[in-house]
Amino acid sequence: MALYVKKDDDRDEEAEYSPFSGIEKGAVLQEARVFNDPQLDSRRCSQVITKLLYLLNQGDSFTKVEATEVFFSVTKLFQSRDIGLRRMVYLIIKELSPCADEVIIVTSSLMKDMNSKTDVYRANAIRVLCRITDGTLLTQIERYLKQAIVDKNPVVASAALVSGYHLLQTNPEIVKRWSNEVQEAVQSRAALVQFHALALLHQIRQNDRLAVSKLVTSLTKGTVRSPLAQCLLIRYTSQVIRESSMNSQAGDRPFYDYLEGCLRHKSEMVILEAARAITELSGVTSRELTPAITVLQLFLSSSKPVLRFAAVRTLNKVAMTHPMAVTSCNIDMESLISDQNRSIATLAITTLLKTGNESGVDRLMKQITNFMSDIADEFKIVVVDAIRSLCLKFPLKFRTLMNFLSNILREEGGFEYKKAIVDSIVTIIRDIPDAKESGLLHLCEFIEDCEFTYLSTQILHFLGIEGPKTSDPSKFIRYIYNRVILENATVRASAVSTLAKFGAMVDSLKPRIFVLLRRCLYDNDDEVRDRATLYLNTIGGDGSVVETDKDVKEFLFGSFDLPLVNLETSLKNYEPSEEPFDVSSVPREVKSQPFAEKKAAAKKPTGLGAPPAGPTSTVDAYEKLLVSIPEFSTFGQLFKSSAPVELTEAETEYSVNVVKHIFDKHVVFQYNCTNTIPEQLLENVTIVVDASEAEEFEEIATKALKSLPYDTPGQTFVAFEKPEGVPAVGKFSNVLRFIVKEVDPSSGEAEEDGVEDEYQLEEFEVVAADYMLKVGVSNFRNAWESLGPDFERVDEYGLGPRESLKEAVTAVINLLGMQPCEGTEVVAANSRSHTCLLSGVYIGNVKVLVRLSFGVDSGKEVAMKLAVRSEDEAVSDAIHELVAN
Amino acid sequence: MESCPSVKNILLLDSEGGRIAVKYYSDDWATNNAKEAFEKSIFTKTQKTNARTEAEIAMLENNIVVYKFVQDLHFFVTGGDDENELILSTVLQGFFDAVGLLLRGNVDKKEALENLDLILLCLDEIIDGGIILETDASVIAGKVASHSVDSGAPLSEQTISQALATAREHLTRSLLSG
Repeated sequence: MALYVKKDDDRDEEAEYSPFSGIEKGAVLQEARVFNDPQLDSRRCSQVITKLLYLLNQGDSFTKVEATEVFFSVTKLFQSRDIGLRRMVYLIIKELSPCADEVIIVTSSLMKDMNSKTDVYRANAIRVLCRITDGTLLTQIERYLKQAIVDKNPVVASAALVSGYHLLQTNPEIVKRWSNEVQEAVQSRAALVQFHALALLHQIRQNDRLAVSKLVTSLTKGTVRSPLAQCLLIRYTSQVIRESSMNSQAGDRPFYDYLEGCLRHKSEMVILEAARAITELSGVTSRELTPAITVLQLFLSSSKPVLRFAAVRTLNKVAMTHPMAVTSCNIDMESLISDQNRSIATLAITTLLKTGNESGVDRLMKQITNFMSDIADEFKIVVVDAIRSLCLKFPLKFRTLMNFLSNILREEGGFEYKKAIVDSIVTIIRDIPDAKESGLLHLCEFIEDCEFTYLSTQILHFLGIEGPKTSDPSKFIRYIYNRVILENATVRASAVSTLAKFGAMVDSLKPRIFVLLRRCLYDNDDEVRDRATLYLNTIGGDGSVVETDKDVKEFLFGSFDLPLVNLETSLKNYEPSEEPFDVSSVPREVKSQPFAEKKAAAKKPTGLGAPPAGPTSTVDAYEKLLVSIPEFSTFGQLFKSSAPVELTEAETEYSVNVVKHIFDKHVVFQYNCTNTIPEQLLENVTIVVDASEAEEFEEIATKALKSLPYDTPGQTFVAFEKPEGVPAVGKFSNVLRFIVKEVDPSSGEAEEDGVEDEYQLEEFEVVAADYMLKVGVSNFRNAWESLGPDFERVDEYGLGPRESLKEAVTAVINLLGMQPCEGTEVVAANSRSHTCLLSGVYIGNVKVLVRLSFGVDSGKEVAMKLAVRSEDEAVSDAIHELVAN
Repeated sequence: MESCPSVKNILLLDSEGGRIAVKYYSDDWATNNAKEAFEKSIFTKTQKTNARTEAEIAMLENNIVVYKFVQDLHFFVTGGDDENELILSTVLQGFFDAVGLLLRGNVDKKEALENLDLILLCLDEIIDGGIILETDASVIAGKVASHSVDSGAPLSEQTISQALATAREHLTRSLLSG
């Protein structure tokens, strides 16, 4: 009997007794036949049910047939009057979750129990019946449930209320009829009944803001008995506060006094709930925060880990937005660093790192060092991230922090952890010039013994950029060449590139680098040999490949600013011929999100003439479309196509959006129209454009859309001439003009005669950002330095009061229409200042880089310093004009 | 935030992470494999901690887990990561103490398995579909045992299961004769 022993091998070894050892499903199902005995042995039956439940609990499942069989025999047990057995019967019925036609069998028995004199029967029968019932049955028992809600036995009332809560998901219209009874139960003297009634009442009314507000108003004045109900009320109260504060900003916050009062409640659960609610109020002031912080501080020194955890977790969140408010807890927080519970310790440390001041850093780091050795990687990463932000906050402390990072870099750890450390060191090197030398050496030491290829190559690349600029670049060569000797092919290839960079940038090292590179020519890997050959020939300066020194550097190490996807498409389209592939023909536009494509693909299969949905990008598709129209084919190369701008509200009769195509001397507006009325066919659709507020533009051509049937998008075009190369701006108002014909919905035939009609569309503007291509650069600093300060223009601007720093940054990025680099479009939640790097190409193919420094004061006044570098003085000025306006 | 406090699961595991009784109220773990994987990771994560005097707490997969151990039994209660930790720990304490009362202080794996019916009923009385029904241990234990045990009987020398059996037989007889 293999089955018999399979599960219990190890248990037998321990000679441990279990009533279920050797249990086997088939045997238990056999045993279940006792349910059918005429003389029921209730004790035996209970045991068998327990065994069945045990099997289910262990993850065994019954087949449909087995479950049905068990269910039917279990229903026989309703004959027994043994209370214990009945309870087990209830349990197993819930576990078996019978299907609808089986439910009928037990309905009458359960309904009988629901009206029994025994409270235990009533409560449990309600829960079982509501669990397994469906809508039709529910109407039959509704009457009893309403009675049960106001039953004087609290267990029965709770059972009915909780069941109601679950039923609201499936049968809301029925449960909503119970409002009066539920309302009565809210006043119950039994603590838990009040809790359950409140939960259900709120759930019923959750979409009625006024009703919830009334409920909260009346209950916050009255008496709420159980702590659980009090917690619920606090949640509903903060919901009301959230919603009301959206309407009115002035005056005192409503219900704040109630929340504050809850901080003095005798139950800790309520205190925590209230404190958390206060800290999460939007725009909370420090005066409002103080009482909540005070109670949380008391919790920090509690003997209960759960309480300490809850408090430190809440304070950690507060520290992100209001670091000053939490500093009063720093001493208690420090003692938590040695907390047995590692989650608490980590939260305490990261909070301290957020709130600490400069003088405390050294002491804090000492404490953390002891702590790091015995926590899991996931916690370490959190700590490393916190240390990086601390270092950027206190640049003078970089020595301590860098030492700490390099120490933990040498210790054991997984990839994610090591990557977090390396990333942090790289960030610190970038932002703190003094940290560069020591940071690079730490990284060098790390790659001497690094098991992760990815990290080694990243570091080598970074060394190649930063190393040659240090005071003594030669000291890095040994580390790099060691990689060529010791590592796998991928790392060796990177090391070769890095060596070459040193050779190209530092003349004094060139001869020595050449010796090393020549040795690499005998490497057994193709890539390594190829790279070495390329570098030797180019940097060698024998003039065979490229002419000047500057070009060599640009060619080898310049940032590769073509989007790889675009390059790939262009290469695929290239057909081998006499003419060599021209890299400059690759479009530089960063693909606007595939969102538009998705939207198009989601629509129904369109009729004839619709552009085929395929992997072609939107830019390519636009270009093809425009070239195919004879009127526009002479306009030359398309510079940029904007994202669609909606000219109608959603859900209107006709939906129209416009795409602005910019050419050197022309602009073409492509109006994408959709007719959403099934009974109409539109013909001869044109757009009448009023360009009186766009002086430099002159209309030269329109292309009408012959017919626009229901739900099949079509395009109509209007072309304008504008001065060559000038970023002209202006406002355009539009009217949709067409002939409408009625369509018989049954036959789909349109009537002969149509009526001329017009439809007013919203206006749109051509703005300066339309003349800017979003083109990213992979390394902003390099690109910035290679552009040089010749045409740099710097100025400062006040942006006035803004909602937030983040909002101001986004607004400026959108205004300029440039590509944010290196993730600088993300603004940290609580920062007072931010630097944002942008790059783009302006009309006329002028490369533009922008460095924006933002600062915000306590009055939310945002100031901005704008530094522009470009290849053309006029363009640098133009960018400033954009912002100045 | 979940407007009504809710519990995602309650677990009672043995000292090797094996199941004694578990109950899931959330769809986060759809299959038995997912459930077992969760139990394994929570057990591994917590087994070295000392949760014998006070309940301990940990975060796992965006959930908060409060737990407490006694003998070879490990009690866990899981909730969402924005849940009030103290509500979860109240549920845990209710479950823990109720089991203690029902097993008459002999709280270990053997007793728990012998009285699995009581444990399962106990779970049933604490949570209904994720909603907290009752957290007071004596009330919970009372609801589970009141009708099974004749509180007047001399139980001191008997094990609880023997006592229950006697009580049940006694009750059945009285019902049949009556």
